Amino acid sequence: MAIVKNMSVSAVLLGLFAIVGTALVAYTYSATKDRIAANERAILLRTLHTLIPANEADNDMAKDTIEVTSPQYLGTRKPVTVYRARKDGKPVAAVFTTIAPNGYGGPIKLLVAVRYDGTIAGVRVVSDQETPGLGDAIESDKSDWIYSFTGKSLQNPDKKGWAVKRDGGQFDQFTGATISPRAVVKAVHDTLLYFKQHRDALFSPRPASKAETSAADGEQAPTSEGPSHE
Amino acid sequence: MSDSGYRQIMADGMWNNNVAFVQILGMCPLLAVSTTLVNGLGMGLATMATLVASNGLVSMIRQVVRPEIRIPVFVVIIASVVTVIELVMNAYFHQLYKILGIFIPLIVTNCSILGRAEAFASKNSVGRSLADGLFMGLGFTVALVLLGALREFAGHGTVFSQVYLMFGHGADFLTTQLIPHYRGFLLAVLPPGAFLGLGLLIALKNVIDQRLAERAAAREARPTAAQPAA
Repeated sequence: MAIVKNMSVSAVLLGLFAIVGTALVAYTYSATKDRIAANERAILLRTLHTLIPANEADNDMAKDTIEVTSPQYLGTRKPVTVYRARKDGKPVAAVFTTIAPNGYGGPIKLLVAVRYDGTIAGVRVVSDQETPGLGDAIESDKSDWIYSFTGKSLQNPDKKGWAVKRDGGQFDQFTGATISPRAVVKAVHDTLLYFKQHRDALFSPRPASKAETSAADGEQAPTSEGPSHE
Repeated sequence: MSDSGYRQIMADGMWNNNVAFVQILGMCPLLAVSTTLVNGLGMGLATMATLVASNGLVSMIRQVVRPEIRIPVFVVIIASVVTVIELVMNAYFHQLYKILGIFIPLIVTNCSILGRAEAFASKNSVGRSLADGLFMGLGFTVALVLLGALREFAGHGTVFSQVYLMFGHGADFLTTQLIPHYRGFLLAVLPPGAFLGLGLLIALKNVIDQRLAERAAAREARPTAAQPAA
């Protein structure tokens, strides 16, 4: 009996500590969660506004979103969020959270802002695992390379030009790193192709079911996991 | 406890029993996030806060907890403390939190924290335990900052880059490009640089220790040598 009593006391003690610990975490969570959500929103909005200047849109881009799925063009089987910029109710631009699936260190998450007329307002890397000092020059704070997309469209350059210079295109690669820029160029180009096909559905007020059909037109959908063997 | 007790705690934490240089604990965050001085400082301070809080709490409850459940109780305390710190960092140092990423929750697994709880805080008064947490954490922070500064300087030729992540843009003047037009030294930024840098720092500490020991030995020898002359 003594053993049972001893064990019960230990169990109760342990349970008490677990409750106190959980209460502490729960309290901190509720005290900080609004601020954390505000931080995340602020960062998202700031990034969106570097692509679409605040004076060009008057809607709440962070809230005006649509989810679309296209493994062929947007680099992932999962739904991709598209932020929509409007002014006076008219569509201004769509910002895609495209994934470049074949980066050197894994998928590269991008933000690709496409204006309603099909030109690129800007591209930014959201996260990547490219080699520091080589492939990570795709990031805007490491080099100016990512700005070379601004103003481009499907006509400028033509299909052949949408590649790195080594592949006969017109985008620079980096010394010692071709795979990362190649992956980004392809992802941006694919996003433009997607935009061209689905432009009106993308700006429809309610999530369009049309956009879903594009999932079927990927005959050889690239996998979103892992680097390709390039 | 006497004043010299606290001085001993300080000397142990900062130098004699330094977490990073002598105990060689907490290597995973130490090696992974010490790419810049500011990252190192952020990680070090987060670890220090954890050490102080967990040491204090463990010492407070050391009379209540039975030996057979002390380890799970310590783990619950440490995990709660780390989660609270993670949430607070996410709320108030959001960008730094993003950079340190997974290594903040992984402070839980830093052996030095459970180590100090078990080896020190469970046997000492609250005051001494707090001091031990503070100086052990400070010693770890100094190690992280030194290694971060070394790698940042060798890798990028700067110190205090991105200092605004911690202290706001008012501290931007601290960011210094020590070598203009530095091409960068990739090895220092990549993981091998962390191992090499840590090895050099430990070697440096051992050289200093050896010098100090020699000098102490010489001082001891002097009175007997000086006696005949007197």
